[in-house]
Amino acid sequence: MYVYDRHDQTLIEERVAQFRDQTRRFLAGELSEEEFRPLRLMNGLYIQRHAPMLRIAIPYGLLSAQQLRKLAAIARRYDKGYGHFTTRQNLQLNWPRLEDVPEILAELASVQMHAIQTSGNCIRNITSDHLAGIAADEVADPRPFCELIRQWATLHPEFSYLPRKFKIAVSGAAHDRAAIKVHDIGLLLRKDADGALGFAVYVGGGLGRTPMIGELIRPFLHRRELLPYLEAILRVYNLQGRRDNIHRARIKILVKALGPAEFARQVEAEFERTRQNPDLLLDDDAIAAMQRFFAPPPYDPTAAEERDHLHWLQQDAAFARWYARNTVPHKQPGYRGVFVALKGFGRAPGDMSSEQMEAVADLAERYNFGEIRVTHTQNLLLAHVRERDTHAVWQELNRHQLAAPVIGTLSDMIACPGLDFCALANAGSIDVAEQIRQRFEDLDYLYDLGDLRLNISGCMNACGHHHLGHIGILGVDKRGEEYYQLTLGGRGGLDAALGERLGPAVPKHEVAETVARILETYVALRQPGESFLDTVQRVGIAPFKASVYAEPVSEERAHA
Amino acid sequence: MRKIIRDGAIVVDDWLDLDATAPIPPQGKIIVPLARWLEEKPALLARVPRGVGVRLGPDHDPFALASDLPALALIAVEFPVFRDGRGYSIARILRQHLGFRGELRAVGDVLRDQVFYLRRVGFNAFAPRPGLDPEQVLAGLNDFSDAYQPAADDIVPIWRRRQPAPVA
Ligand code: SF4
Repeated sequence: MYVYDRHDQTLIEERVAQFRDQTRRFLAGELSEEEFRPLRLMNGLYIQRHAPMLRIAIPYGLLSAQQLRKLAAIARRYDKGYGHFTTRQNLQLNWPRLEDVPEILAELASVQMHAIQTSGNCIRNITSDHLAGIAADEVADPRPFCELIRQWATLHPEFSYLPRKFKIAVSGAAHDRAAIKVHDIGLLLRKDADGALGFAVYVGGGLGRTPMIGELIRPFLHRRELLPYLEAILRVYNLQGRRDNIHRARIKILVKALGPAEFARQVEAEFERTRQNPDLLLDDDAIAAMQRFFAPPPYDPTAAEERDHLHWLQQDAAFARWYARNTVPHKQPGYRGVFVALKGFGRAPGDMSSEQMEAVADLAERYNFGEIRVTHTQNLLLAHVRERDTHAVWQELNRHQLAAPVIGTLSDMIACPGLDFCALANAGSIDVAEQIRQRFEDLDYLYDLGDLRLNISGCMNACGHHHLGHIGILGVDKRGEEYYQLTLGGRGGLDAALGERLGPAVPKHEVAETVARILETYVALRQPGESFLDTVQRVGIAPFKASVYAEPVSEERAHA
Repeated sequence: MRKIIRDGAIVVDDWLDLDATAPIPPQGKIIVPLARWLEEKPALLARVPRGVGVRLGPDHDPFALASDLPALALIAVEFPVFRDGRGYSIARILRQHLGFRGELRAVGDVLRDQVFYLRRVGFNAFAPRPGLDPEQVLAGLNDFSDAYQPAADDIVPIWRRRQPAPVA
């Protein structure tokens, strides 16, 4: 992974000093709340329902064991002993004190971490594919480019007061696992007819209250010109994006208003100028230098010869179940990617205690070259575990309640913090996730349902990516009551689509029952081997609607 | 007269800010709004040797001045509120695309916590919001000693300067 040298370290420490002084001036009354607000947001600090919330950046989800241990220590010392991993591969602390934040940032800086641009109207943490570097379907590893974009975007002097937040995702594989089409900019690594590496560029995707799928504005951009092109997009947006209405300020609204063709034309015109700046061009030496940071770890070429795990797969049904669901193939023979499930056991999806973080840091050092990844589905991944070690890793994960064998199933839900923490929420997310999990505890049934993505957001800001859930659940407020709007058929990936609304919202205590009816309908209608998503696409939502709304689940819906 | 920051020092502002209709004094350096410059260009060009500058609003197109730049000793860019970031792009266009070499001045809601970035995009002068201590604003120019990316200054990106990756 990327490692700082004195240049990075100097910048990060100066940022801590700057924020320390800004906080001091705010507390001393020298900075107004209005003036301090964007400054603290640009450092990931929100004022929340109960307390401030600090969002710590985990660039493209990559962490070292040492960094995870530091996060554990910070969560223990300054928070309540746990943290919350988000769909943007970051970590949120929900209970820090404002006065402590400069100290927390100083501790983060000591392990090459920060909270820069995790919020605010600026370029946010770059997200990517959690299987980068290990997936067989990869054209090129996206992480060196993610890091170059991160550096270009960090403390960017021109793009720190944009009309609205700006999110960039990069994918390098045939299967898009980074949801690039619902980002302000989505970059897909690809090769042109001559075999040159570059990017397809999508703009204007996004979720939130006006969800949109991104538009392809450039089928091929040479890697060398990546930064001038990004700069051109950002400049057109910075100058023309709406600033009069916060709900119309994202780039997607501008792309829609101008039309993708006109937007692309303006970007190309600006690109003709920005590409003249030699400092922005990425020559192959600069790219190769960055690629060295992401070189494969020193794999054992004989790893595939050790087959100990096969014995355990036969002997231990629980292990075999976990192995089938919670591990993924690795392009290096003899290795697997192993998910650390932050689901189940009554916890909020993505929550992790300090003890669990330390246990995973230990495992990463022992079995995974000291590396940990955060996935956008709010789990962690140990990407390079030797197959022979999977049984030992499983036992240890099990001991720490990190081995619920549910990855990719209905129980592997995404949920935003919702009403429990978030000041913007209409309704709870975490308790609804728990209600559903309890209703579907039977593993055999879960496995029979197969791959299923269920996403929950507590309001239309869509932090839980409900539009992309095969089943999406959105919290709404109906006369002061928590209600939930369901959608079906949403999906990320290169054929991304937004879920279709099922019908009227249902009250909170009916959510699990509603999901149950949807799944019963699926089981009744599916063809052999057909997934939930495929069935919804084939039959449409009408049969689901019929079964959900045919008869009231309870009294109050009949009157609602 | 009010004090401003120019090239890293606090100085007395020697420019007169004129609105759309104020009479143009025969002597002294003046700043006029873009519209007035475009309308009264022949007359204003005649007093260029005494100093003429133009003030751009955040929604003005800097390319409108492309052919006039050699005549202008100063361009002021307005920040109606510090959160409005359009002026940052305007500055980079003026400096890097159009090659403007005169004084580029940030005016309006110009505060301590933004001047470091403002300088990086090409401003060399800052008229702090009235009421602010220029010394404090000046201190903001030193918030950072380095930067990752190129802008309208001479910083070479860190990715070109840094040590190679440690050998695994
Ligand atoms: S979706 Fe809404 S409730 Fe959930 S975290 Fe985002 S803003 Fe808060």
